[in-house]
Parts: sequence; C-alpha cells; structure tokens
Amino acid sequence: MKWVKVIVSFILTLSFLSFPSCAFQSDELLVDDEEFGLEGAPQHRSPEPIPTRSPPVTSPTRKRHSDLDSDSKIQFSLDHAFGDSDFSPAGTFSARLKTWSHGGQTLTKLRFSRNSFSDVEKEKFKNLLESDDFYRIRLPSNVLSPPGRDFIISSVKARCLPRESLDEHFVIHMEGVNVLAVNYGSPGSCPYPRNLKLPAKWSFSSHTVLKNSEQAPRAPVFTEEILGGENAEGEVVQPAERSFWAKYWMYLIPLGLIVMNAITQAMNMPEEQATGQVPAQGQPSAGAVQRGPSSAVRRR
Amino acid sequence: MAIMSFIFAFFFFSSLQPILSLYEDQVGLMDWHQQYIGKVKQAVFHTHKTGRKRVVASTEQNIIATLDLRSGEIFWRHVLGPNDVVDGIDIALGKYVITLSSGGSILRAWNLPDGQMVWESSLHGPKHSKSLLLTTNLIIEKDNSLIVFSNGRLNAVSCIDGEVLWKKDFEEESLEVQQVIQPPGSDFIYVVGFAASSQFETYKINAKNGELLKHESTAFSGRFSGEVSLVSSETVAALDSTGSILLTISFHNGKISSQQTPVSNLLEDSPGLAVIIHSSVTGIFAIKTDAATIFIRVIGEGKLEVVEKTNHETVVSDALSISEGQQAFALVQHAGSNIHLTVKPAHDWDSNLLKESIKMDQQRGFVHKVFINNYIRTDRSHGFRALIVMEDHSLLLLQQGAIVWSREDGLASIIDVTTSELPVEKAGVSVAKVELNLFEWLKGHVLKLKGTLMLATPEDIAAIQYMRLKSSEKSKMTRDHNGFRKLLIALTRAGKLFALHTGDGRIVWSHLLQSLHKSESCRQPIGLNLHQWQVPHHHALDENPSVLVVGRCGPSSDALGVLSLVDSYTGKEFSSLRLVHSVAQVIPLPYTDSTEQRLHLLIDADKHAHLYPKTPEAIDIFQSEFSNVYWYSVDDDNGIIKGYALKTKCSGNVADEFCFDSRELWSIVLPSESEKIITTATRKLNEAVHTQAKLIADQDVMYKYISSNLLFVATVAPKASGEIGSVTPEESWLVVYLIDTVTGRVLHRMTHHGSQGPVQAVLSENWVVYHYFNLRAHRYEMSVIEIYDQSRADNKDVWKLVVGNHNLTSPVSSYSRAEVITKSQSYFFTHSLKAIAVTLTVKGITSKQLLIGTIGDQVLALDKRFLDPRRSVNPTQAEREEGIIPLTDSLPIIPQSYITHSLRVEGLQSIITVAAKLESTTLVFAHGLDLFFTHYAPSRTYDSLTEDFSYALLLITIVALVAAIFVTWILSQRKELQDRWR
Repeated sequence: MKWVKVIVSFILTLSFLSFPSCAFQSDELLVDDEEFGLEGAPQHRSPEPIPTRSPPVTSPTRKRHSDLDSDSKIQFSLDHAFGDSDFSPAGTFSARLKTWSHGGQTLTKLRFSRNSFSDVEKEKFKNLLESDDFYRIRLPSNVLSPPGRDFIISSVKARCLPRESLDEHFVIHMEGVNVLAVNYGSPGSCPYPRNLKLPAKWSFSSHTVLKNSEQAPRAPVFTEEILGGENAEGEVVQPAERSFWAKYWMYLIPLGLIVMNAITQAMNMPEEQATGQVPAQGQPSAGAVQRGPSSAVRRR
Repeated sequence: MAIMSFIFAFFFFSSLQPILSLYEDQVGLMDWHQQYIGKVKQAVFHTHKTGRKRVVASTEQNIIATLDLRSGEIFWRHVLGPNDVVDGIDIALGKYVITLSSGGSILRAWNLPDGQMVWESSLHGPKHSKSLLLTTNLIIEKDNSLIVFSNGRLNAVSCIDGEVLWKKDFEEESLEVQQVIQPPGSDFIYVVGFAASSQFETYKINAKNGELLKHESTAFSGRFSGEVSLVSSETVAALDSTGSILLTISFHNGKISSQQTPVSNLLEDSPGLAVIIHSSVTGIFAIKTDAATIFIRVIGEGKLEVVEKTNHETVVSDALSISEGQQAFALVQHAGSNIHLTVKPAHDWDSNLLKESIKMDQQRGFVHKVFINNYIRTDRSHGFRALIVMEDHSLLLLQQGAIVWSREDGLASIIDVTTSELPVEKAGVSVAKVELNLFEWLKGHVLKLKGTLMLATPEDIAAIQYMRLKSSEKSKMTRDHNGFRKLLIALTRAGKLFALHTGDGRIVWSHLLQSLHKSESCRQPIGLNLHQWQVPHHHALDENPSVLVVGRCGPSSDALGVLSLVDSYTGKEFSSLRLVHSVAQVIPLPYTDSTEQRLHLLIDADKHAHLYPKTPEAIDIFQSEFSNVYWYSVDDDNGIIKGYALKTKCSGNVADEFCFDSRELWSIVLPSESEKIITTATRKLNEAVHTQAKLIADQDVMYKYISSNLLFVATVAPKASGEIGSVTPEESWLVVYLIDTVTGRVLHRMTHHGSQGPVQAVLSENWVVYHYFNLRAHRYEMSVIEIYDQSRADNKDVWKLVVGNHNLTSPVSSYSRAEVITKSQSYFFTHSLKAIAVTLTVKGITSKQLLIGTIGDQVLALDKRFLDPRRSVNPTQAEREEGIIPLTDSLPIIPQSYITHSLRVEGLQSIITVAAKLESTTLVFAHGLDLFFTHYAPSRTYDSLTEDFSYALLLITIVALVAAIFVTWILSQRKELQDRWR
C-alpha cells in the first residue's frame, strides 16, 4: 500500500510540474488529474516524446524479469511499398504492453528493427529516386489484432530519405493499443526542389517516437483570487523598475543639447576672438559664414 | 504613482475595446436586414373582420407567420424548432390561430392580432399516426371546440383554454385513419380509415361526448393506396394500390356501399400509375397520372364522369364556401409565359366564376400550391384573390388579374453564397438615373453642414437621415473604390440563384437553374455549392465574371452530378452540363487559364479526379502542376481520413483525358470504439496573412506555422455524440487534431476530458478556435490552439538576417519534418453557438475578431485577443504593452459588440465574411431564415474618413481662409501705402 502512496504523491508533484501555468487549480481539479495521471502515467513520466534510437542492425530485445506481471511483449510489422507496388514486410516493431489495473493498455519501450534492402528493393528504390515517386509504409491500426480495422498508411517522396544513409523518422500516434496515425519522413528538412541524391550507405537509420494524447489545459477557475487581487488595490503589482535612461531621457536629451551648445560656443569663442583681431572689413563674407552657424547654435 | 497607474489602467482599458457599437442614427446606413418565412405549406385567410386583412401561413421551415394581405409584410412570425414540424393550422373563434405540430402532439393557440401564445396543450396517444386538425363550430359545454386526431386518439379540445373535453382512442394496430369528417349541421363525426390496407372502416362518433355510435367495416379485395379524397361529407374516393381501380365509397348513415371503376374505363389511353390528389371539393376529385391531371365528377350513386383532362402543371385549391351551400375552387394552369387562374363553382364545372390570365416571370417556375379567398366587390358580386406558391418558393398574391405583391421566400433556405465584383464604371455605362445633379449635391452638403453646426431643424435632421439611408452611392451598379459594392450570389434549395446588391440588399437578378430542374434523367436535383468560375482580372476584363453551380441528381453521394455556369452580371445560364460521374468534392485549383477561368477538380465517389474546364489549355496548365496536387477525404461514419495524390489518366474503357486516377498516400484510422468525427475545419482559401512572425514581449520572435493544408478535426466518444447531458463526464471526451493534409502528419493531438460536442470551429492563420461543452464545469467553453513553427525559430539573430544566413526565403515543404510547438488555453463562454466565423480583410493587417452566431440568432464580435493562449493572470509590463489582456476564466460578452445591434437573424445558419478593398473593413453576411449584411471594421476605419465627414465644411473653411488671406493682404497693402504717404 505504501508504494501506491508514493506513486500518487509522485504523480501529484508531476502533475503540478506539468501544469505550471495553471496556478489556480482547485482541489477538485487535482483529484481529476490524479485519476488521469494514473490512466496515462507514462505520458506524465515523459511529457516529451520518447525518442528511442535503434541501431540499424537488429538488436536482440532483452526481457526484464523485474517487471510487473501484466507486462507482455508484442510485435507488429511494418510493411513498405515502392510507388504503387504491393506492400511487403520491411521491419518489425517490438514493444511491451502494459496493462493497467483499470483495464487500459499502453505500449512502452518501443523498439524497431529494420530489414535491410535486398538487391531487388535497392533497384526499386533507385527507380523511385529517379522518378521522384512515393515510398509508402503501413502499420496495422491495432497492434493486438493486426491489421485492425484498416492499415495506417503514410508516404514520403523517396528523395527526402537519402542522406549519409537512409534516414527515417517515425512518430506513431497511439491511443491505447490502437495506432491512429504515423508521421513518416526524413528527420530533418526536405526543401522543395528535391534533388536526386543516392545514399552513400544502403542502410536505414531509424528514429521512432511514440506519442500518446496530450491533455488539454483546463479553463482557469478562479473566483476569490482575482477579487482579492482587486481589493488589495494598494499593492498593485509595481511596474518593473525602469532603467535610468528610460526614466529620465526627457531631461537628459535637452541637457545633452545644452552641453553640446556650450561646447560649440566655447569652440567658437577663441575663433571669433582670433578673427575679431583681423580687420572686419577684410573678410566680410567669411565672418558672415562663420556667424551663420554660430548664431544658429545660439538660437537653440 | 497610484494616479499614474490609474491613468495607465484607464488608457489600457479604453484602448482594449475600440468602439464597436453603432450610434442610433447609424443603423441602416451600411447594414440591411430582410425577413423571410420559407416555402408556404398551408395558408388560411382572415378577412371577415374589418380592419387589417391578413393571411396566416405555415411553412416547411416550421414557421407560423401572419402576413398583411395588402402588402405582404410580416405582422408577426414564430419560428418553431427544427423538430416541431407544423401539421396543420386554422383560425378558431375568429381571433386565435390554432397550430398542430410535432407529429400532432402539441396544439397551440396564438392570438391573431399580436401573435402572443394564448394556450398550449400537449396531446399524447397510444400510437404514432397521421395528424388531422378540424375546426368545427360545435359547442360542447358552452365551449367552441376543435377536433384533433393525432397519435391514434381523437380529441375534442376547447378553443378557449385548450382543455381536452373528451378523448377516444383508436388502438387497433393496423388502423390508418384517413379522414375525420363532420357533416355540416350535424352533431356527430365520422372517422374514416383503412385497416390492414384492405378493410374500409368507418366510425360514427357523437361529437358531444366522444361516444362511439356505430362502427362499420367492409373488406375490399385489393389493397388501398395512400390518400383518400373527400367527395362529399359521406362519400370518399380512393385508389387501389395498383393505381388502376378507382373506388367510391359512401357511408351514408353508417352503411357502407362501394363502387369500383377501372381507371381505363374512364380514359381511352392507358394512363399508367395514377395518384389521387388531395382536395376537398364537393362532387369532384382529381387523379394525377404520368401524363395528365384528370378531374372526375361523381354523379349520383358512384357513377363517375371525366370532366376535364389537363396537362401536368395544373394545381387545384381546396374548396371555399362562398355562400350558403355553394362552394368554389381555383385552378391554376400554365400557358407559355402566362398563368391562367380559374375559379369555378363546385357544382358546375363548365361555368366560371372568374377567369384571369396573368403574366408570370419565367424564373419562378411552375405553380406548386394555390389558396383562394373571396371578398365582396363594390358591385356586390363575388371577387376572388389567390395566394400562389411557386417552384422557387416565392409567394404571390393575385387579385384582379394582377400580382398584388410577391415575396422571394426562396431566400429563407440558402445553401451557399459567393460574391462577385460589379462592372467597372466606364464612360459608356450609364449610371445617370442614380446620379444626383450638382444642385442636389450642394443642397445635401449644406444640409449636412447645418447638421454639423447644430442649426438644423427637426425636419432637416429627418431629411439628412433619409438622405444618408437612401444614398445613391451605395446602391450603384458599378464597382466602387472601397470595394463595398458587390453582388452576393446565393444558391437556394429550390435551385434558384439570386444576386443581391450589398448596398441595399435588393435582388439584381434571379435565375431558376435549368440544370437543377426536375426532369426525366434527374429526378431529385439538389444544389450543392457555388464556386467562382471566372474572375476577370487583367487581360480578360471584357469578359463578365461567372459562377459555377454544382449539383447532383439525388441525395446519395453517388448520384450523377450537374454543373451550370452562370454569368454574374446578367444571371444568364450560358452553359449547363449533365455529368457522367458523381460529385463528392469540388476543389478549386489555384490556376487559371488565359481567359481567367479557374481550373476545378471534381472528385467523384470512386476517387477519380475530373478536370474542368475541359479544354486542351487547361490540361496543359494542369500537367505542369500534376505532381503537386493532393487532396483528402474525411469519412465521418467510419472515422477514417485519407489523403490522395493523382496517378495516371483514367484506365476506364472510355478514353477521357480529363479524368485521372488517384492513389492513396496516407490514412488515419480513428478507433471506432472511442472516437467519432463530428467537426472538421480548414482555412479559407482566400485568406491573406500579413506577417509570418509574431513579436512577443521580450523582443523575441515566434514564427507562425502558416500552412494552407492544415485540417482541424474534432472527435468525441461515440456515446457522447448525442445530446448534452446524455453521458457522464467520465465517459465522454473530446479529442482535437491538427493534421497536415499533404502528408497526413498529426501535428497536434489533444484530449479534453469530460467534454462533449457539438463543436463549432474556425481556423485562421495559425490558430484554431473551437467551442464545446464542458460537462464537469457544466458550461460551454471555447479553446484556442496556436501553432508555431520551430524550424524557423533560429532566425532571430539580426546578423544572420543581414548576412543572409537564414532559411526564411527557402520554400516550405510539407515533407520536411514539422517542428511545431502549440500553445493552447480554454475559457468559459456563456452562449451556445450556431455558427462561428472570423473577420477577413484584404491584406490581413487588421486585427482579427471572431464573429459568433449566438443561440439568440445574433452575431457577436469577440476580439481574438481574448482568446490568446498567452494570457496570464499578471501580465508583465511588456506584455501589457503588447496588448495581452489579464487572464480571466470566462470570455466577456460586451453588449455593444453585437454587430446585428437590435436585429435577429432568425434560424441563423452561417456567417460569411468577405474582404472589402479597404483594409480596415470586412463585409459580413449572415443568413438563415433572415438575411443580414453589414460592414464591419474590427479596428475601426483607420484608413478612411467616416461617411458623415462634411466635405462642405472643409471647403467652406478653405474658402474662408483664402478670402481672409486676400482681405488681410489688401488691408496690409493699404496700410503700407498710407504709411508711405505719411
């Protein structure tokens, strides 16, 4: 019984952490969160998608015996097709099926082993690359009783895949044991004028991500808090302290101008004295020229 | 400091809501409102009393309305709900309108003068049956009573208070009651019907207390079909189920005697299957065959005689008793462009009480229904007026050989709306009749000036107001600089196309589409949607713009399609096509040919794509973009969304180079046990987005994920797809998806637990707003999701931008991995919604507002800033400056922001927004039973002078200033001269 408490408190803290914006959650909501937390605990444990990088070579999956009894291992296959050809097996996903006490089932620890291309397939893929055609994959819509209602199909222009090796990226959207959709494509960008480029290595490097549904943020429920905030008019949030410049720029700019004015005047003074010693009739134009700007400055 | 913050808060809140409301004198300046009632099903005249003569009508849109018989205006109108179908109406006691609705289970009385409900009583019975309403002048316990047969029970209801006086059940399982008859002047009622389709049953019932007096039944060798026609109060005519044998059954004094007459005896040629027409003319009934309508008179004991055989388009009214023992009825026949209205006495077919020929607009189609009424002429003879319902659902009153008024009630059932520009004003085009002369122009401005200077008398003010309302500017038939004048082209359910002028809402032209006309090859044509086919732009300005009307022959999605092309200036249908394939989807492509005809791709039920127009040029244009065309389909029933691309030419046996096969690219399969698709939403194709980036408070940039291929899908638990409250919060949830429709990637998926539909959603730019019901909070909620592109987020560095080391100009491909982040937030909202739309401006600079069609049939504008996921309880200074509103749990409803002000758009269905040329303004058209149009400026008209700006005042000021300059100049000259002389 103790570990239940531990888990509950752990989830409670997690649910707090995962909803940092909802600072005003009431008790009622917390109860709900707890309930959903239990249901979709893996999501809470990893709000970020779980990227599992599997090596291109098939890796033997280990079975951990310390797990709960309700865990079982399942496998489902990935099929592929070149252009409009028929689908043929291309790899296997293996995962552990976790059955929750209330009946829900989720997949965890997804691993993927990709079959490498045979020579025929290589040739077909090359043809796809040349014709800029689609490389299509499919998954069963139900992992327990494949193919379920229908297959989940996804496709990508073949020219998006080759890099060093053939890079692919799966995001599998799941709801319990049902696969809803799969986002399939290259892990990076695939800019539009797709150029023909053959991969250096004819092996796949696959990234797989399993995604479950996110919970929507709840409408904020607050009544007293806002009223309280309004009542305490005196302690309205002080606007953040502004910088010296932001506060006093209106005084600083005229001050700066006055200073500049003074400097130019000070600069002009000796010149004027210097020209003043020379007979004024000699250079009337020069004097006018010099007087012009200085008077302008003075007028400021 | 407190004062500072107060002032700041004051300015903040005053800037929060730009004045959205109107002043009283601005009503009707830019908006118009039209009220309709729909296709009339039944009409009852009320003309006995002196005073205002009226007609009461019930319509297929479940409306009860009374219209002024002089003008056709609506006195009052009540919209019963969509499930409250009106079965019958009548007038009782000369002051109550009685309506029987909801399958005969609700009986209501409305006060005739003002439409107040007087009483309502609910009638329930043992089984579902036909409902019949019969008003009698029977007096039971001093009360005038109504006889209602519904749900297998005969009720006598008091007219005064709706109390059920007595009731009698007809529980026999197979009994189908056809008629309830009260012979005039008697105090018993006949209930006539069929049992097990082959037995004729009559029940004679005491009208005072519901006691069964007599029950007779006779078996008939064949089976009866549907209707019976009442020939007299004790005789009915019926047809057998083969449609070839006529039966006249009389039940005088409860004794049943029947006569069988083969239809072929009456007609020489074999008429095919006949159907009896419901009418109530004594001695005469009518049957309708494939070729003709045949009127048959019953002479004596079941002898039949054909009195007239007319062509198909003949409509007969119910009998009207004009004097003691005398009945009359009306016949309407078509003859070319005229219709002939004939009123005949029931006893004598060959004489006519009235024969009129009226010229009828061909665009109204055939007459569907006629109702007649009589009046006493000035020379004491009988006069008749007829109310006719046409094929296009319009309603006309005919009297003295003329159309007194007409109502275009087809506009109450608009299916789709598009807009068209008006012609450019040219030297050749005469608009003189709406132009004012200079004197009037000046007079108008002087009046305006007086108004501005507060010198105007009340008469002047009235004249100014009249001038503003009737401004010829707004109703001109040419394009204007601001793009306010347009044609709204509306397709109605009757298959008629209307062009409405946005200035004043008048009908510029209307056209009953030939392609949507019932014919041998197309039995049940229905209009689907409208698309802009040709929008002349640069090099094809001489062409008129045109619209494409898509329809199909029948309600199922694999019925063959029909296309029509209609000129938007004249309303002429210049091309109509019967397709050899079905139409499941119409995709307007972003390509046009050299005559600016837009290419359209029609997807049929077998997922073949057909290109239109079928020209070699179109195929050339299309071939170059062939590999970039993708589309998707949503299968609501199975919960499967699929994406397609084009493959090759069709591989059918007919070589058709405009047909293409498709290939499936992706599919999303939603688990049927937990999710059911209820709503989808996409971006409007013509929406403009001004900025890709959004600057947020701390000088940071977020890039909007703007893709025209974004699809919003909302699913609910299958259990929770019913009414609100039918499930507990634990077993209902709402899941929303954002899907890229090219690759089928789910960009975002989110679950609202304990929530339920119906969902209304609108998707615009990079956000989607949707409305649903939260079962836990017992309130409606609106949520927003904003989606931002992270792959461009690195482009914040100014230096990178300067050096050109950024990816902002590279083309965006759906095949790149989408790195998006979403932000979302939910708010409570008081109303439930009927429709939701968003304002649309030409460049997308003006801030957006949501237009919400509330349950009260009004349109409410709500600033999108209230639905900002970044709202927080205490926004920082920088966030406040950016315009972020402090977080509240519910969205405010500001009474001034109802853009329909005091009006209601009854039965609101959808809100359409169109961009004007002026960036600040969007044109809003809301339609349901009523139509409403207005201009709306979400951030006020910052780019134009208001319409009440006084140019005259400006002119006078300038003149006065110039004059003053001259005067002072002369004065100064003079003064200078004097100074010189001194």
